[in-house]
Amino acid sequence: MNGYRKKLPVVLLLLVAAILPFLANNYWLDVATLALFYIVLAQGLNVVVGFAGLLDLGYAAFFAVGAYTTGILMTVYGWSFWLTLPVSIALAAVVGVIIGAPTLRLRSDYLAIVTLGFGEIIRLLAINLSITGSASGIYGIPRPSIGSYVLAGQLDFYYLILVIAILAVLAVKRLGTSRIGRAWMYIREDEDAAEAMGINRINMKLLAYSIGAVIGSLAGSVFAVKMSAIAPLSFSFTQSIMILLAVVLGGLGSIPGVVLGAVLVITLPELLRSVEDWRYLIFGIALVAMMLFRPQGLWPARYDAGQAASGETEAALSGRGDDDVNVDAEKCNA
Amino acid sequence: MEILVQTLADGLVIGAFYSLIALGYTMVFGIIKLLNFAHGDLYMLGAFVGYSLLSMIGGGDSGMGLFGILVVLLLTMVIVGIAGMGIERIAYRPLLLAPRLSILITAIGVSLFLENGAMIAWGAQYQVYPLQLSHAGINLFGATITYTQIGLVLISALLMLGLHLFINRTLYGKAMRAIAHDQTACQLMGINVHKVIGLTFFIGASLAAGAGTMAGAYYGTVNFMMGFIIGLKAFTAAVLGGIGSIPGAMLGGLLLGLMETAGTFVFGGSWKDVVAFSLLILILVLKPTGIMGEKVTERM
Repeated sequence: MNGYRKKLPVVLLLLVAAILPFLANNYWLDVATLALFYIVLAQGLNVVVGFAGLLDLGYAAFFAVGAYTTGILMTVYGWSFWLTLPVSIALAAVVGVIIGAPTLRLRSDYLAIVTLGFGEIIRLLAINLSITGSASGIYGIPRPSIGSYVLAGQLDFYYLILVIAILAVLAVKRLGTSRIGRAWMYIREDEDAAEAMGINRINMKLLAYSIGAVIGSLAGSVFAVKMSAIAPLSFSFTQSIMILLAVVLGGLGSIPGVVLGAVLVITLPELLRSVEDWRYLIFGIALVAMMLFRPQGLWPARYDAGQAASGETEAALSGRGDDDVNVDAEKCNA
Repeated sequence: MEILVQTLADGLVIGAFYSLIALGYTMVFGIIKLLNFAHGDLYMLGAFVGYSLLSMIGGGDSGMGLFGILVVLLLTMVIVGIAGMGIERIAYRPLLLAPRLSILITAIGVSLFLENGAMIAWGAQYQVYPLQLSHAGINLFGATITYTQIGLVLISALLMLGLHLFINRTLYGKAMRAIAHDQTACQLMGINVHKVIGLTFFIGASLAAGAGTMAGAYYGTVNFMMGFIIGLKAFTAAVLGGIGSIPGAMLGGLLLGLMETAGTFVFGGSWKDVVAFSLLILILVLKPTGIMGEKVTERM
């Protein structure tokens, strides 16, 4: 079957990821953990930039929201790590809506600059407020535990973030092929046409923005307990740009591409240690060159429209069609 | 009264810098609807080119006088202006017809390139500007207004006046305004659109470079990251005045400078950037067309 052949590389990749800790030394295990963080973050940003076509230049802000929420709740109020997760997710979604609602109505370039300003505001707040520990940040964040088992070692966190990365990839992949995902891509390609087809472009953009925010904050929460200390420096503009670079390098909207991009963005600097000063210069050139010569990314998204149409057959045409009309009618009324 | 005058004077100087940078944003946006993220870095490049030129001729202690400083300023503006044209030619022109996202991402790439190129060329530390401006000044209601401040504001005003005359009185200025209205029609009328766009980048970049050199001399130190925050703020100024509008950029810059200086006085220095960015978000929410902007359609 075709399905097995398609799944084989994925299974192999997961196997490699699962046994990697036993093959790599501590240093490379740390790099791999960081790469997994970047996979989660890049997939979150992929929803915003890749699917919905909204340029977000302050994505690290949501990473910060998650990290600081967990950090503060655990150190100041003594919450359990698992209880802080829903709070940081909810907070990120609310912040996403607050920032997104007024600006998503504007032209896309405005959104880029507002998110950039917002990212700076969050970083400056973290530096200036006393509850976030000012410039030195929050330290002594306790280790999370499952039952009586305390996640403390490098290995534990590697597997924790691996699970989250897999969940994020699956969620984003499912979202991308869903009705919502198709609406996003329609908006990305042609906003006016999408609106004419009954897609509420503001709500859909807001949804993309908030989902991206939620995924980013989730990564931030795990980051806080993994590092056990967080500082404003981790949430700078450069961080946002690196995440964006992962998405652009891999291929906007492409799930495997973004995974590849995240791994490259983390491992290439490790390999380029000897030319450390030139790193970001090279990244800058890479961004320009990618847009000039290969705007679709290293591993572009494939839209197999033909397969989807034949696969869903008549069920899609008859049964689902009526639902669509009803949903759209509800939207119009709302 | 003393505080009011001092705030007004300090704010006016910063505001003049913001205006000069905001002009570049607004001109480029007006003509090709691009937010040039690398624009703040051209200001930084101007500060560094001015730094190198001044070091070359021996700094401020060689007694070259005001004339020498003005020559350096003009030379810097020309060099960075050419760099701006080069950026447009290499990075932006091939993408004018591509999706908007591509060109925005390219602009970020250019910004990264300029910042880190400057870091490699001039070092990551703060460099002390080879020119020390005098702190002498006149006393007005107890506040000190230095001759330097007066000079910088005057030079900025002259540059803006020159730009205003250029845009409204010359053929090239007319071509720029025409392209902002309808690029295709201009092409059909025989205007060399690419040449005019290149000229726009030249002017925008040289104005930012002029602000950079003046700011370097005013504050005394330069750093490769100095363009990032000020670029964002100049953009705020451009939006405040109404993006695409040239008088709007001038007004927006001055207003932002004054508000920021007042904000620093009220909230303290560490909050001034928060004040500026919150202002940006507020304007975009309440009045996205700014003070003098024309009504723009949401999408194009």
